Amino acid sequence: MNTYDRRQLVSRVMLGLCVVCVVVVIAPLLLIIGYLIYQGISSINPALFTQMPKPVGETGGGMANAIAGSLLLLGLASCFGVVVGVMTGIYLAEFGDNRFGFFVRFFSETLNSTPSIVIGIFAYTIIVVPTRHFSALAGAFALGVIMVPIIARTTEDMIRLVPTSLREASLALGVNKWRTIFRVVLRTASPGILTGIMLALARAAGETAPLLFTAFGSRFWTLSVNEPISSLPVQIYTYAISPYEDWHRQAWAGALVLIGIVVLMGLAARFLAAKSSLVRGARRR
Amino acid sequence: MKNRVEVHDLSAWFDEQQVLFDINVAIEDKCVTAIIGPSGCGKSTFIRCVNRMHETVPGARMSGRVLLDQDDIYAPVVDPVAIRKRIGMVFQRPNPFPTMSIFDNVAAGLKLNGFRRNAELQEIVQRSLEQAALWDQVKDRLGEAGASLSGGQQQRLCIARALAVEPEILLMDEPCSALDPAATQRVEDLLVELQNDYAIVIVTHNMQQAARVSKYTGFFLNGSLIEFDDTSRIFTIPRDKRTEDYITGRFG
Repeated sequence: MNTYDRRQLVSRVMLGLCVVCVVVVIAPLLLIIGYLIYQGISSINPALFTQMPKPVGETGGGMANAIAGSLLLLGLASCFGVVVGVMTGIYLAEFGDNRFGFFVRFFSETLNSTPSIVIGIFAYTIIVVPTRHFSALAGAFALGVIMVPIIARTTEDMIRLVPTSLREASLALGVNKWRTIFRVVLRTASPGILTGIMLALARAAGETAPLLFTAFGSRFWTLSVNEPISSLPVQIYTYAISPYEDWHRQAWAGALVLIGIVVLMGLAARFLAAKSSLVRGARRR
Repeated sequence: MKNRVEVHDLSAWFDEQQVLFDINVAIEDKCVTAIIGPSGCGKSTFIRCVNRMHETVPGARMSGRVLLDQDDIYAPVVDPVAIRKRIGMVFQRPNPFPTMSIFDNVAAGLKLNGFRRNAELQEIVQRSLEQAALWDQVKDRLGEAGASLSGGQQQRLCIARALAVEPEILLMDEPCSALDPAATQRVEDLLVELQNDYAIVIVTHNMQQAARVSKYTGFFLNGSLIEFDDTSRIFTIPRDKRTEDYITGRFG
């Protein structure tokens, strides 16, 4: 076998290994989605989205309150998580090359790997205990805390990727540092930051543990931030551990809806990022 | 002719390393002054000290005085942002804002600072693009991405962007080093036009370019200004041996 043939062979083997690894990575996701669709699609019907849960023993009903509750919780959590996360990321990227920045980065990473149930206890301690009742606010706060380190990290990374030449171009035009950061650097980094926000939202959307003793859950329709509120993950959890066949069926459908929401948010973010950025137009040439 | 900028005993550092040593020079109005010298001799640092861009680099500092119309731009009361509006800068590599259209790139200096009068913006953008000899090529596609232009066009876009804020002095840091000869030619023609209205300082690696466009030339070596004189003298009868060695191509 000559050198050329040997190189060709090695090349093919390595490419084959890469393909195998790719399959290993995407197979679980496809299996999960496939199994969810298989189990849940038959229970996806208008009632799921429009009706309230029926009392135990009655079949039918839906998860309207849980879907609305999840969306409300995520919206509130974003108000907190996106603002704090993005601002922290800006600080770390632009001013964080010092000891304090090092500590912020370290704490943020630690927070990111803190079990979510611990964050739930934290929200319980500082919101539920003083107010003496479970509330959407407490749940949203817990989810927001989970989002902050993810968003801070991606924001910092994305801002650091913006070339110095763009900052200098802006500064040299007589634009001050804050405007340069917010209107040039942040805007250039925004598709990446948006991806980070979507990742954080997706993570928060699926969290169950921190909601158990903050938002708690509810069988009624409410959009009040001061009352316990239902959410998809908690509803799925409650239904899945119940002994009723009909509830199991709804739990599968709920899980499918949850994944659908996450995928839709991801697609929407990509679409918005592509639309707001002219970079793509430039690449096409 | 009066001097717009006077530099007295300018020294500059990056952290502990000194990169400029006691520079004294004056920049005359309405003409082109060229700065030549080998790589790493402090040319870029020098012009970045003139519009207070040097201090934006972490660890950078300077000493000495830079006078703009006899006022020290490093006086404590002076806002560097205001100085940069008066002294525009064009960089080595074209750096249009990738998220902005051609129009918004030119208008950036004004819009980012909150300028909102649309009719006026239109006029300023058109005038700046005309000054940069780019208007005819882009007037029908002002909404397209700035980054969609060719390299030479991008650099002229950056020149238009610098002109739109109506600076009094234009600093150019090797504006042609990333351009092909044809695009270089256009930028040089532009300099000849622009010197009627501006004091221009151009840093260049290209000695022929300095000889073609400038009235005065300064030669930098290892952070010192070795010689500063009429361009014709520098290139024919330089006083310093090192200048002669450089322009005859013996090093650098």
